[in-house]
Amino acid sequence: RYLGRAFMFGFCLQQEKLLEGYVGFANLPNQVYRKSVKRGFEFTLMVVGESGLGKSTLINSLFLTDLYSPEYPGPSHRIKKTVQVEQSKVLVKEGGVQLLLTIVDTPGFGDAVDNSNCWQPVIDHIDSKFEDYLNSESRVNRRQMPDNRVHCCLYFIAPSGHGLKPLDIEFMKRLHEKVNIIPLIAKADTMTPEECQQFKKQIMREITEHKIQIYEFPETNDEEENKMVKKIKDRLPLAVVGSNTIIVVNEKRVRGRQYPWGVAEVENGEHCDFTILRNMLIRTHMQDLKDVTNNVHYENYRSRKLAAVTYNGVDNNKNKGPMTKSPLAQMEEERREHVTKMEKMEMEMEQVFEMKVKEKIQKLKDSELELQRRHEQMKKNLEAQHKELEEKRRQLEDEKHNWEAQQRVLEQQKLDASRYSTLSRRVKKIFTK
Amino acid sequence: WPRVPGLGHSGSGSTLLGYIGIDTIIEQMRKKTMKAGFDFNIMIVGHSGLGKSTLVNTLFKSQVSRWSSGWGGEHKIPKTVEIKAVSHVIEEGGVKMKLTVIDTPGFGDQINNENCWDPISKYINEQYEKFLKEEVNIARKKRIPDTRVHCCLYFISPTGHSLRQLDIEFMKHLSRVVNIIPVIAKSDTMTPDEKNEFKHRVRKELETHGIEYYPQNEFDDDMEDKNENDKIREAMPFAVVGSDKEFQVNGKRVLGRKTAWGVVEVENPNHCEFALLRDFLIRSHLQDLKEVTHNIHYETYRARRLNDNGGLHPISANNTQESNL
Repeated sequence: RYLGRAFMFGFCLQQEKLLEGYVGFANLPNQVYRKSVKRGFEFTLMVVGESGLGKSTLINSLFLTDLYSPEYPGPSHRIKKTVQVEQSKVLVKEGGVQLLLTIVDTPGFGDAVDNSNCWQPVIDHIDSKFEDYLNSESRVNRRQMPDNRVHCCLYFIAPSGHGLKPLDIEFMKRLHEKVNIIPLIAKADTMTPEECQQFKKQIMREITEHKIQIYEFPETNDEEENKMVKKIKDRLPLAVVGSNTIIVVNEKRVRGRQYPWGVAEVENGEHCDFTILRNMLIRTHMQDLKDVTNNVHYENYRSRKLAAVTYNGVDNNKNKGPMTKSPLAQMEEERREHVTKMEKMEMEMEQVFEMKVKEKIQKLKDSELELQRRHEQMKKNLEAQHKELEEKRRQLEDEKHNWEAQQRVLEQQKLDASRYSTLSRRVKKIFTK
Repeated sequence: WPRVPGLGHSGSGSTLLGYIGIDTIIEQMRKKTMKAGFDFNIMIVGHSGLGKSTLVNTLFKSQVSRWSSGWGGEHKIPKTVEIKAVSHVIEEGGVKMKLTVIDTPGFGDQINNENCWDPISKYINEQYEKFLKEEVNIARKKRIPDTRVHCCLYFISPTGHSLRQLDIEFMKHLSRVVNIIPVIAKSDTMTPDEKNEFKHRVRKELETHGIEYYPQNEFDDDMEDKNENDKIREAMPFAVVGSDKEFQVNGKRVLGRKTAWGVVEVENPNHCEFALLRDFLIRSHLQDLKEVTHNIHYETYRARRLNDNGGLHPISANNTQESNL
């Protein structure tokens, strides 16, 4: 009986258990909700595209604020030197929920004659935000962790009607692994519905051709939601029109653009995909965008960054795969590898040290020999000189002797001569007497 | 009438005493021109997707552009600027015109567009060179084939803000060599207010950079011309929309674009300035464009060439000399 019970118990762990009374944890979502509301939400949205594509107007339309007021210097007034990255923050409150919205703008993108590397400032900005978050995550005191990472990038495609430009393709290829890219067709009221369809198909074809990964809407378990998601997917990339002017049409007040031939309504699903974008971005998928940024793009950045720090020159591709080990094991392994590396380095250094010592000893020996040799040489020189000197002295002595001998002879002669003279005088005297 | 012997006045204008028939010279010229037909070469410049080919088709009411088969087919952006010239002979009212449309795919489409106007500049000068060589030849043809570019339509992107750096650079370099007519493409993007503001700003910028677009101020012959051209200059650049499809509007068939909120009529002056452009380009200033090209741009080129070489040998050996701009 116990065996049977145990078996059933194991089985029950997978099935849902029917409760016999009201426990109360059904209130959990409410608690989460209340906490989040108190905390408030953050969302960072980046807009990229050439000037004149209606980015500012669209942002104003999306969030129904004048983030870009009419006095904001438009592109015509800005000095077009290099691509700038500008951040503007706005606090939006609705129904007790507050959202700190950060809009990152990229004025100057694609406006110059030579646009090579105009994506670099954008990449640098995104990476720097990731780095900030990584640093604040690794700190000891993590009370304040502001999330300034870019959660979504709206890329504006000019409505040429033909296809993507080389600049579009380059940009998206470089950024699709760093941020969620949502491509939009700007100023969609330029095109008729057929042209729009063709254009969208062409763009999606080129996106798959170049293997660009744009933001993918997640599949859910809910039938209803899936239907909606599929509808959105069919209409990608979204063709939008922005406007904040209100026009009266058939006694209704709508936001739109007034042409001599009609009014293009921003919120009319048959005119453009603005409502889809707004619903998707704000009402349904904002949290998912943040999650994908956190779980995929940020983790990619993090693993790449940390791997680069430890491996330091060894092939960094080892860690680019999915994180199968837990972070702790990862760290342990890293530490072990670090230690072995240290040991290896130590050994190498010792070897080098020994070699150097040997060299030095050899050198010293050599110089010693050299010195000795020189010493001998000098001694020999000295002796030779000594001998020479002796030789010379003897010569001198000989000369002296000779000279003295000569002197003596001379003296003797002189003596003889004087004796002779005296003798001769005496003789003379004798003879003359 | 009392018969007065001799002529009435002397000096300017004498009254004729009978019908001589001098005024039939106009008719004679007309007949000759009709028989000979004439050439017109128009170049269209602008980055891809601005509706250049559609506009040219609309202007000449026939499929004269490179993409004569309508929309279909993929437009691959070439890696460098190419020059593609397509000629058609179109006829209207007994008058034959050999129209050559010179397209410049690849202009302004690359990531780095430095000097993308060089191939265009080279092409224009090559045509002048060809004409010069023919003219200077000892045994030259009766009618020198005229491949010189008479008019360059430059398409400005309807951003609504201002001219792009590339636009200014191009027009600066080429306004001295060829007649440039700037047009604002796909102008159904803008509401009337935006359009006016944009045109105003563009005109101001062209003035600031000293870009002389056609009709140039300096070539106005007399007051009448000046008045007419002033009016045109004020209205330029023309904001145009092109279309080769017809729709039913108020019981009439019109050329236009059908959107979900209405039909943009191409020839309706309230909707866009296509009609103005067409009248200006074809109905009133076609001949003037050719004359300015021949008398001024070509003569400038010729003078520079002849001065540079100290005279040109009738049969020049070097085929690829370019004049330095």
